[in-house]
Amino acid sequence: MIQDFTYLKPGTVKEALTLLTDHVDECKIVCGGQSLLIPMRQGLLVTEYLMDIKGLDELSYIKYDAKEGLKLGATTTHRAIEQSDVIKKHYPVLALMEERLASIQTRNWGTIGGNLAHADSAGDPAPVLMTLGAKVKLASAKGERIIPLDEFYTDLFESAMEHDEMIIEIQVPPPAAKMGAAYQKFNLLQNDMGVVGVAAMMTADANGTCKDARIVLGNAGVTPIRAKNAEQVLIGKKISDQLFVEAGEAAAGDADPVGDIHASEDFRRHLIKVLTKRMAKQAWEQASK
Amino acid sequence: MEKKAIVLNVNNQDYELYINPKTLLVEAIRDYIGLTGTKRGCETVSCGACTVMVNDMAVKSCSILAIQCQGMKIITSEGLEKNGQLAAIQNAFLHEGSYQCGFCTSGMLMATSALLKETKKPSKNEIKESIEGNICRCTGYNSIVRAVEGVANGKYKEGSL
Repeated sequence: MIQDFTYLKPGTVKEALTLLTDHVDECKIVCGGQSLLIPMRQGLLVTEYLMDIKGLDELSYIKYDAKEGLKLGATTTHRAIEQSDVIKKHYPVLALMEERLASIQTRNWGTIGGNLAHADSAGDPAPVLMTLGAKVKLASAKGERIIPLDEFYTDLFESAMEHDEMIIEIQVPPPAAKMGAAYQKFNLLQNDMGVVGVAAMMTADANGTCKDARIVLGNAGVTPIRAKNAEQVLIGKKISDQLFVEAGEAAAGDADPVGDIHASEDFRRHLIKVLTKRMAKQAWEQASK
Repeated sequence: MEKKAIVLNVNNQDYELYINPKTLLVEAIRDYIGLTGTKRGCETVSCGACTVMVNDMAVKSCSILAIQCQGMKIITSEGLEKNGQLAAIQNAFLHEGSYQCGFCTSGMLMATSALLKETKKPSKNEIKESIEGNICRCTGYNSIVRAVEGVANGKYKEGSL
């Protein structure tokens, strides 16, 4: 049973930020609510005020510019991202990730800002966006700041957001030349939460060596994890299948998984090893085309 | 708790409700409006039994606040029938035997109706994807897929039985 709360419905972002400051430490923000309402109903989350930003259409947009890259408003739905032609063209990995995110019903109502703010380590968008070098724009009544998504996650369901801040935009830089990116999660039902997930991005230089690599592990620790040792195995190297195997082994070491009803710690490390090898290879095949 | 007066448009009819803002859409539809075709299932966005259409999109009414749906067009399984004539998808479900215990049926009808609103000729894959978020524990999914294919290829039309 959801505990009672006072419902706040701002009409503009400005109004939302004022309300947030007025009720700081007592206010949760709901947008699609596809993640938030579940722990609320289970009695795990109780809040004095609930501020509903679902209707803030000024934050629902997908903008792309070859110089500036991609800008996603926080209340943009997953389904809008999945179906966006500009995203399919410039960031196909994002659209493919969204296709496998929960069900159509959830994607129709759930939003990208809500998903990131919920800070679930098993969320699909964060690993993919982190490999693409995304940043989040946070706003409070005092002003705005932009931080890399890499620095956004601090602990289990915890983020670097202050209690008077909210996500208003996600920014993704333009795709680099000769870049490839891939994401896969392991699960028994195709669109479930991943037991683990691995996102990889690689770029190639003119000589066919790996210029840059980013590998991010989902549900492999309390936050999404950059597998920096695995990245170092690849960066600056002439790529071979053996290197993908080594990157997988390094990523398994970078992970910090727990065992639970879905998989043991060892099995999670094994999955990370295999998925990292496969995703890096897929990313490289696109990059070196 | 401060209750709120809201208006929900369900099956093209306005309902004035006086509710606690924590009321979920499924609760508003079933307990306040009295339309019980929409089912409460898992209540964790997993099973799809509570699927309704909001502004022609399939959504799970167990995880949406009713107050968020003001000014939107909500359609439940009761809203598929028009003037005593079943919708094509309802006829298709009947003729293909796309239900057994019937608990998932209204959610399945709404998920597939939303698909058919979006695309008149969905591929088999699109049909399967449209019900990915809906769990059926008895009759299986093939008869449901056949029913949607039957509507798409004109085998089933709206009308009485």
